[in-house]
Amino acid sequence: MSSSTTATTGEVTGGSAAPAGRGREPRGPGLMAGPVGRNLGLVVALVILCVVGLITAGDRFADVDNVLTILRGASIVGVVSIGMTFVIIGGGIDLSVGAIAALSSVWATTLATQQLAEDVHWIVMVVTALVVGAVAGLVNGVVIAYGKLAAFIATLAMLTAARGLAEILANRRTQIVRDSDFLDFFSGDVLGVPTLVIIFALVSVAGWVLLNRTTFGRRTFAVGGNAEAARLAGIRVQRHTVKLYVLSGITCGIAAVMIMGRTTTGSSTHGTLWELEAIAAVVIGGTLLIGGRGTIVGTVLGVIIFFTLGNVFTLNDLSSSAQAVARGIIIVAAVLLQQRLATGSFTFRRPGDGGSPTGAAVAQGSPAGAVSGGTSDPGGPGGARPGLPPT
Amino acid sequence: MSSTQGHAPLLEMHGIVKTFPGVRALDGVDLDVRAGEVHCLLGQNGAGKSTLIKVLAGAHQPDGGRITWRGEEVTLGSPQAAMSLGIATIYQELDLVSGLTVADNIFLGREPARFGITRAAVANAAASRLLTRLGHPEIRPTAEVGSLSAAAQQMVSMARALSQDARLIVMDEPSAVLDNEEVERLFAVVRDLTASDVAVVYISHRLEEIRQIGDRITVLKDGATVATGLPTRETPTREVITLMTGRAIEYVFPERRARAASDQAPLLEVQGLSLRGSFSDVSFSVRPGEIVGLAGLVGAGRSEILETVFGARRATTGTVRVGGKRLRTGDVGGAVAAGVGLAPEERKSQALLLGDSVYRNISISSLARFARGGFLARGSERAAASEQVRSLDVRPADVDREVRTLSGGNQQKVVLARWLLRECRVLLLDEPTRGVDVGARSEIYALVRDLADRGVAVVVVSSEIPEVLGLADRVLVVADGAVVAEERADALDEHRVLDLVMEGTAHQGVPVPATTQHEGDVA
Repeated sequence: MSSSTTATTGEVTGGSAAPAGRGREPRGPGLMAGPVGRNLGLVVALVILCVVGLITAGDRFADVDNVLTILRGASIVGVVSIGMTFVIIGGGIDLSVGAIAALSSVWATTLATQQLAEDVHWIVMVVTALVVGAVAGLVNGVVIAYGKLAAFIATLAMLTAARGLAEILANRRTQIVRDSDFLDFFSGDVLGVPTLVIIFALVSVAGWVLLNRTTFGRRTFAVGGNAEAARLAGIRVQRHTVKLYVLSGITCGIAAVMIMGRTTTGSSTHGTLWELEAIAAVVIGGTLLIGGRGTIVGTVLGVIIFFTLGNVFTLNDLSSSAQAVARGIIIVAAVLLQQRLATGSFTFRRPGDGGSPTGAAVAQGSPAGAVSGGTSDPGGPGGARPGLPPT
Repeated sequence: MSSTQGHAPLLEMHGIVKTFPGVRALDGVDLDVRAGEVHCLLGQNGAGKSTLIKVLAGAHQPDGGRITWRGEEVTLGSPQAAMSLGIATIYQELDLVSGLTVADNIFLGREPARFGITRAAVANAAASRLLTRLGHPEIRPTAEVGSLSAAAQQMVSMARALSQDARLIVMDEPSAVLDNEEVERLFAVVRDLTASDVAVVYISHRLEEIRQIGDRITVLKDGATVATGLPTRETPTREVITLMTGRAIEYVFPERRARAASDQAPLLEVQGLSLRGSFSDVSFSVRPGEIVGLAGLVGAGRSEILETVFGARRATTGTVRVGGKRLRTGDVGGAVAAGVGLAPEERKSQALLLGDSVYRNISISSLARFARGGFLARGSERAAASEQVRSLDVRPADVDREVRTLSGGNQQKVVLARWLLRECRVLLLDEPTRGVDVGARSEIYALVRDLADRGVAVVVVSSEIPEVLGLADRVLVVADGAVVAEERADALDEHRVLDLVMEGTAHQGVPVPATTQHEGDVA
């Protein structure tokens, strides 16, 4: 049947050609609507940030070691952000990344694991961390996809549960990594580039390929963009959702190994607030919190911008509190800017649902649609309510 | 009815036009409503009723046309503007805040207050008065709205409209969530309102109900008024249905194949399929190369049948076989793997990834074919999609274009291209020409027939009876969730189908309303 497909259809359409309908309006998107344009905006932001750094801190900022410090800092959260990007494009959210990383780091540094690692190879610790992350992600995914829990709730529960389990395992103590080969490997560098940065780069490239060149990536966009349409197109949406959270869990495991290398410890306090940093990086990177759109490049730039900002502040002896305020402003500014630049492709106002006035909106004197669009959450370009995506 | 004759029009809408990207939702709608009448608005899904009431509510701005309110031309620039004139709308999905009390909801945004402190007692007393006026004193103003029944919630919505001193209340399918007794009480409220000169625009699919409560009828079809000011009681039901479903233009249907495909084994076999609350014991089979149509009115269960066959809904009982192999119920992935494709009724929300490009929308069901070890061969993926775009004549022929910018007809072609690329053997089409303009319809018809000629088994559902009759080889008439007749398409005509539908509906025991009982109240 496949071979005859083209020939026959060609005849038929040739015979019944009629004028096409309306709807030939030009493509609406704004100036920087495409992924490339959005990322260009991020590059510009990063350049501006670097100029500010150069002006205020001069050589101390431009120093190679300083640049490596920024990248080393960014790399661990960066790996987590890659996993987070997949989850968010797929229409979900993962609040448990920091806690899963903590649990992985503790599990990989228990006496038993380290003993086994001593007998076999330090790779045992790495594998342990990855498996723990993957299993925690699997639990998240199953609860969300098959238990029909909101991702926000399910991963919030995992956040507290995983950290609690980590505390129980570690008995609230910090566990020292004894394997010196492990430490040498992860604190070392290759041709001057720290191993951590290389890992981040590898994970980013792998993430990019997975998102843009595989069926998995394509399905992720479809599931996040319109889950019902994806389901009716034959995609097994629940199964795919599970895979997304497993993927996120694995990146948490990788991040756990990295933080073990950097701090030489496994601890239940590792990874505090990573979820916020990762979500912030993803959002700054232009990924829609409602799912269906996003880029790995954007996320990488988002992470680097986030950590460069911190570095500039530190070099200028500004308090970490001021830094926190600035980060908050940056998140809002980044999203606002992207919305402005990308009007058209970002406004998800379809005929039909765009102007349906709820009585509340009417009565409160706000124009239709402004109720959802005006939520204070920074991550909601397009006016959708972020945070609680349908599963 | 004669009592309404003397009133000057309260509202006149003339030549209202509203376009959305790719769709002309309203294309010249006329409507005039008199004070104190119940004016019924009829039309199939997609005829433009919802858009029209949103224009009336100030939520959509029309692109053309005139609106006159009490003799003066007005612009309904915002919901507030409409409301301040005295136009209130009660939406189908009630727009109440379920966590607030009845009184809070009624006065939302206009809470009686002194120095910013709300005065609950005043609000409760006022709410109580309104609800009593509506004949529902049993609804407590302090009750949480979420705890109320659908009927009671509707009364709260209505009380809100009254509290705003509405002169015209639009009710969008108010009876959809009510049982018979509640509908009777709703009607009593509506009669009360009209007695005090409030006008009601009443939307419903239930024709019997309209006959009972309505004074005049306006029928919309394809975004335009096809009849207005019909007297409710003198217009035969069949005429109303014909106005709603009849063809406005003679469409060109492709010729049927000369020989009937009776020699081949059925490709799709549906046996005793039931879905609780929707349809029961539906059986039919489709041979390769055959087009089977399901005809019936909205709400008869046609779409549900298709979606259940496809596995998008889990059947209560019954089996679906494709090529002799039984499908697992409720498993879309399995159905697609077996070669079944569905072009669903709501293209935008159920089929398309609107923000994605055309080629991605086409290839989404066939990704595995272009993948090696999970990696997509994007070159061949795009080429295959381009080929479909060319052969189906999707315009513009640009596979990188965002699918949302295409017209309805071209979007539908994209959905068909998806299943063509998948090489599906069974194609289920739900309202294949909904929102598709006239020119593109014949193309879609030709395409469907061509698919059948290539051996695909096709099932078509449509609200437009002529479409089903023109396109299908065999027609199943569905009424109230049951197949009431099965005939060759050329042995049927529209009137015969309507007769069958009405007979079927009567047999299924839909309550025949006690029209006479209330006649006196209105006239």
